[in-house]
Amino acid sequence: MKAVKQVRGNAIPLNRADVDTDQIIPKQFLKRIERTGYGEFAFFDWRKDDDFITNRIQYKDAPIMLAQQNFGCGSSREHAVWALEDMGVEAIIAPSFGDIFRNNCSKVGLLTIQLDQDDVDYLMSRAEELPEGEIVINLENQTVMIGSEWSRQFKIDEFVKHRLLNGLDDIGITLANEQKISSFEEIRSSFLPSTDQAGQDSLKIN
Amino acid sequence: MTQPQTIVDKIWEQHVVHAEQGKPDLLYIDLHLVHEVTSPQAFDGLRMTNRSVRRPDLTLATVDHNVPTTDRTLPNPDPLSTQQIEVLRTNCKDFDIPLWDIFDLRQGIVHIISPEHGLTQPGMTIVCGDSHTSTHGAFGALAFGIGTSEVEHVLATQTLPQSRPKTMSVEVTGELGVGVTAKDVILAIIQRTGVDGGVGHVIEYRGDVIRKLSMEERMTVCNMTIEGGARAGLIAPDEKTFEYLLGKEFSPSGLDWDQQVENWGKLVSDKGAVFDQSIVLDGNNIAPHVTWGTTPAQSVPVSDVVPNPDDATTASSRETAQRALKYMGLEAGTAITDIGIDRVFIGSCTNGRIEDLRRAATIIEGQKVSSSVSAMIVPGSGKVKQQAEEEGLDLIFKDAGFEWREPGCSMCLGMNPDILLPQERCASTSNRNFEGRQGAGGRTHLVSPEMAAAAAIAGNFVDVREII
Repeated sequence: MKAVKQVRGNAIPLNRADVDTDQIIPKQFLKRIERTGYGEFAFFDWRKDDDFITNRIQYKDAPIMLAQQNFGCGSSREHAVWALEDMGVEAIIAPSFGDIFRNNCSKVGLLTIQLDQDDVDYLMSRAEELPEGEIVINLENQTVMIGSEWSRQFKIDEFVKHRLLNGLDDIGITLANEQKISSFEEIRSSFLPSTDQAGQDSLKIN
Repeated sequence: MTQPQTIVDKIWEQHVVHAEQGKPDLLYIDLHLVHEVTSPQAFDGLRMTNRSVRRPDLTLATVDHNVPTTDRTLPNPDPLSTQQIEVLRTNCKDFDIPLWDIFDLRQGIVHIISPEHGLTQPGMTIVCGDSHTSTHGAFGALAFGIGTSEVEHVLATQTLPQSRPKTMSVEVTGELGVGVTAKDVILAIIQRTGVDGGVGHVIEYRGDVIRKLSMEERMTVCNMTIEGGARAGLIAPDEKTFEYLLGKEFSPSGLDWDQQVENWGKLVSDKGAVFDQSIVLDGNNIAPHVTWGTTPAQSVPVSDVVPNPDDATTASSRETAQRALKYMGLEAGTAITDIGIDRVFIGSCTNGRIEDLRRAATIIEGQKVSSSVSAMIVPGSGKVKQQAEEEGLDLIFKDAGFEWREPGCSMCLGMNPDILLPQERCASTSNRNFEGRQGAGGRTHLVSPEMAAAAAIAGNFVDVREII
């Protein structure tokens, strides 16, 4: 995972609530087995409307996305995060996020920033009126700033922050505790089911 | 005296491998379910880092999301689906993971096959790269959906770093009326909490109504937990749970069984355990629900009308409702029973189990599907299909004009050829009425199997309470 320290640039004002991951990346693109190249399919159905916000030239390549509450709800598809990442989004600001989506973002290195509704509304109308308006997000200081005129603190899980700042691979961190996993496995109940034999004697349909 | 604990606390503590101040707990995962759509990139990740699968014996794979539900001896017309299924086969072979493949009787929707073979048991931690993993909570397991990065993490380590969730008690009191189902209970709960009311929480469903539900009905409730924003929802195990598991292929037997039943019996929230949030619903007041919008929270009782967006309390919810009505092609004030439908889909991990098919059959028997409706039934698994055929349910459906298909996720998400055409209106027993979910431009109304069956016959929604 690449390290994230600061995100600076203009923001796409996606002024909708409950944007589900089916909208971010529709199912027909989940058949791909690659990890990259989803950007062109992001918001595929909504983009058919020429006036849809991501089609507007002023917001092309904007690194920040603004959205309303519960952004990324629904399906667990990490493809939604990959699609946003691939279209150049590095941070999303919203009043709240879907749990699984937010977690997926933290694994990929996409910042999700939760701000109060009033602050999101302010940023939203500003981005609509001033499409090139720059926002600066500083992860170390946990701030969202517009020049020196407007600034807000945001909360973030300390460990997620540490991982993002340093671009740390979760699996590597866990495997540093490999011995503890082995010890746990030694005392784990023997009554628990195993799929060891599940591959055997396949029941074939004629 | 020790602090009273919730069932979530108990399961959590039994699975902590490593805890450290300022870091998420490292949880051991008892069962990892894998399917073709969210796993290819995870296996690629393992190959790139030269890692192996730590516990293939705690892992099970199947194909469900994009398999065709028509004759499978014919070639799959979709090259991308074919490739994804082939990739899963290769990955399972390379990493030694058991796969219940397309011609295996045990193949089916991942959340249906694990419980029906007894792999899902109380007190376990279960994950899958699919948000409806919450289904397994019906057995008192802590089960939740994960993304592909986490799939790779579990494959490599059989653990997941997780921050402790908040807890929410959802109690449904009283008794359900005739014709009111588990699907209506969960739709009513989500209507109350909203689609984000459960964010950050694990829900424990409690109360007389929940206790009286069968195991399959409990799965329907837990299945849609994610639609209310919570990643996991569970129900404390009881005699019904034990009875369901007794004698299943992967259930413990003999003395092990007795010991486990004793252990499982302790998996209840202690008296006085504190939840971060609690809500209570009166089951007596729950009616059959129909969604009218594009989120699962946008539902009303079947006897009601499509609500007026102007009645919404906030500007944002008014706008959302207006957008939803436009997409759905509905006018505010229209009686739900005046809404005509084009398609019916009975199936999915929400309502594709044998009891769902039996209940649909009671409505359909001796009737004909309306000439204006195209209707299909997709059993949730090979086993469900076999059981239904043994009971003659397939004949009831086929005689009425339903298509009887092979098992899979099918039109719940339309990754295979089973999709709605633009503006087609569908009464669906699935879990998501999002825009385009069942096909671009398609219009989904979520209902129970009984309501879907009755709509198929009438050609419009009907109140099942009036016909049973």
